[in-house]
Amino acid sequence: MLITAVFWIFATILVVSAALVVSARNPVHSVLFLILCFFNAAGLFLLAGAEFLALILVVVYVGAVAVLFLFVVMMLDVNFTQLREGVQRYAPVGATIGVVLLAELLMTFGGVRVAPSLATLHVAPIAAQTSNTEALGLVLYTHYVLAFQLSGLVLLVAMIGAIVLTLRDKPRARRQSIARQTTREVGDTLLMVDVRPGQTMAELGIFRPLTTLPQAPALDLIGPTPPVSADDATGRGDAA
Amino acid sequence: MTWQIALPEICLGGAGLIILMVGVLSRRNAFTTATLLAIAAFIATGYLILAEAPGVGYAGLFVADAFARFMQLLVLAGAILALLLSLDYNKAAAIDRFEFPVLVLFSTLGMLVMISAGNMISLYLGLELQSLCIYVLAAFARDTRRSVEAGLKYFVLGALASGLLLYGISLVYGFSGGMDFAEIRAALTASPAPGLVIGIVFMVAGIAFKLSAAPFHMWTPDVYEGAPTSVTALLATAPKVAAIALLLRVLAEPFGHLLQSWQQLIILVSIVSMLWGAFAAIGQTNIKRLMAYSSIGHMGYALIGLATGTAAGIRGVMIYMVTYVFMSAGSFAIIIAMRRGRQPVERIADLTGLGRTDPALALALAVFMFSMAGIPPMAGFFGKLYVFLAAVQGGLWTLAVLGVLTSVVGAYYYLRVIKVMYFDAAGDALDKRSGVLSTVAFGAAAFTVFFAAFSQPIIGAAEAASRALLG
Amino acid sequence: MTLLLGKYFPILVFMAIAIVLSAAFIGLSLLFAKQKPYAEKLSAYECGFEPFDDARRRFDVRFYLVAILFIIFDLEVAFLFPWAVSLWRIGAFGFFSMLGFLAVLTVGFVYEWRKGALDWE
Repeated sequence: MLITAVFWIFATILVVSAALVVSARNPVHSVLFLILCFFNAAGLFLLAGAEFLALILVVVYVGAVAVLFLFVVMMLDVNFTQLREGVQRYAPVGATIGVVLLAELLMTFGGVRVAPSLATLHVAPIAAQTSNTEALGLVLYTHYVLAFQLSGLVLLVAMIGAIVLTLRDKPRARRQSIARQTTREVGDTLLMVDVRPGQTMAELGIFRPLTTLPQAPALDLIGPTPPVSADDATGRGDAA
Repeated sequence: MTWQIALPEICLGGAGLIILMVGVLSRRNAFTTATLLAIAAFIATGYLILAEAPGVGYAGLFVADAFARFMQLLVLAGAILALLLSLDYNKAAAIDRFEFPVLVLFSTLGMLVMISAGNMISLYLGLELQSLCIYVLAAFARDTRRSVEAGLKYFVLGALASGLLLYGISLVYGFSGGMDFAEIRAALTASPAPGLVIGIVFMVAGIAFKLSAAPFHMWTPDVYEGAPTSVTALLATAPKVAAIALLLRVLAEPFGHLLQSWQQLIILVSIVSMLWGAFAAIGQTNIKRLMAYSSIGHMGYALIGLATGTAAGIRGVMIYMVTYVFMSAGSFAIIIAMRRGRQPVERIADLTGLGRTDPALALALAVFMFSMAGIPPMAGFFGKLYVFLAAVQGGLWTLAVLGVLTSVVGAYYYLRVIKVMYFDAAGDALDKRSGVLSTVAFGAAAFTVFFAAFSQPIIGAAEAASRALLG
Repeated sequence: MTLLLGKYFPILVFMAIAIVLSAAFIGLSLLFAKQKPYAEKLSAYECGFEPFDDARRRFDVRFYLVAILFIIFDLEVAFLFPWAVSLWRIGAFGFFSMLGFLAVLTVGFVYEWRKGALDWE
């Protein structure tokens, strides 16, 4: 009884928010409604007994995919009012296709006929005392090992693809070099100078090497600099 | 667990990982090294495929039979040719990054899995691995607007097609209760429910998209034109073979006894493709777009064989694909060689006077054009001959007649290319072509011309393979 | 089935309380607070002058790269859960099957590290 009520609540919110995803004017709102969709779909999965799928839906889709969608929406510099101009024009075509698909679906449900030997066709029926996640684990890594490894390769290719298409190698970028930071010694950056009274900075020769400047008077204008080399204290200054 | 059954694929995947590591760990640009290593890996995989014993493994997910072997070797041949072409093209286009051969390799691995799929899950994963790599490859010249556009278009439409395919698979699963091809076949009765037929229609639509058969061809001209030419060369050969192998296997194995349900569909797709390929190509001025429309037409001819649903028809499709891969790869070698002042040119008008400035290249292109038009004794003629024969034997007269008629229309634009080369006023000479391009172009030309001389073993293998499929 | 759902009953109660509370906060403030909106009050506040343009700016594509790399490893971890739960029953084969999967993704990790995709200037 309670389960039925909860089902209808989840299902109603799911359908309404799915409709709002496509009809919301602001794409950021669309993404937020999509997140609501995912949560309700997760609730439905839970009701169907697929707890692993429900949690994965929350972890992966809400936690990562929806964030990615937000990035994409914000990354595209599109004028959203302009984008919606075609809606009136294409609405009849879309509606026609929708009606055809609906008719096909109705036809499908009209002809539902479960295969007579369906019960025996389960490759791996779930035993009574096995949890959902465990049942998945029992077949995924042994029975479906080929599919499992292939999905690993699909992930690898996604990784390569993302890097190939978006990563710009910037030779001038300052990168952190931990090895350089940790192997740095005091002598590399700090110069201890014994200053006698009356001696000027110029006589000590501890100015920054301003070799690019043509004449000496410029030095006086700049004034004395602290005795630290160009390599600053964070150790990140390996600009090319 | 008979894991050795997929040894060629496992080795290819391992080789891909090693090449990726070699590329990323080397200090210099490893493009050439990686490409040569990938070609070596393909050759080794081909050898392993020849050596492996037929069988079924991985709980039915993976099938190795004579059909798979034939098509896999053909896919490897297409991939090797495309990589050879990329050696020259990618350097000229400044996209010589080592990820290129790696992506081609993983894409090929996906194709091999598609061909050997014995289950809807391995079918889908193979297809996705293949497509995902090619989406990236199409956009590989990321600083070129057209290439990025091609990649994006292919990706968006490809994702839609994957959705259709998945929807079809889910319907089939719902009506048969299984994902395994053998299980599905056992569960289906001779008179299928309408929902199941809709599922088959969606699956065919999804695969036809990958095949670029009309009316699912919309992406083809733009992607062919926009993608880097070395990628187009790949796109025109290996994935087509894999997709048609997949279509053959899906329709012959789980739905083999439902011929009545899908025959009309294949006939329709075949007719529309042949007509569209023939008539839309007439107005084209860009040779890459011309090849795109030509490929749509060729898929239409190949599907004639499938529409018969007989072993003879499937044999025809396989022979057609063999001839198609070589003449297509050869044509793209010549398109890549079309370069003037270090800039690639791709209009048909740029070929003017090639007959005088570079007679050898012009002759090779003429061979491919004659072959694509289906003029004897070129390879393309035999491809068409076997599918038309099968159609006549199967009583599909309409298809055979339409096929001949559209071939005549198609001959018009193929011969126009030859006319431009030999009879138009001479233009400037093309840049000197590299040795790799010449080798591929003339090798493929020799294959196309002398196909009849050594076609017996190929036809025999296709015969055995088609019997194995219909088993 | 009912056993499984019983375990999630507290979450249901929790959600119900959350919905009731949040609805109450918004609803009560709508009912009882004074609402006098006018144009100046509703406009975006920008330190002393009229807003120049849209607040929506283009993001750098590098955010996207980081997000997508995160998703990939997120999915990898998702595969680990059922494996950890069922490890005692799937034996050595299941164990090494996961090691193969992890090896593939480690290769990917080395690749992105060496390419500098994890560095941020």
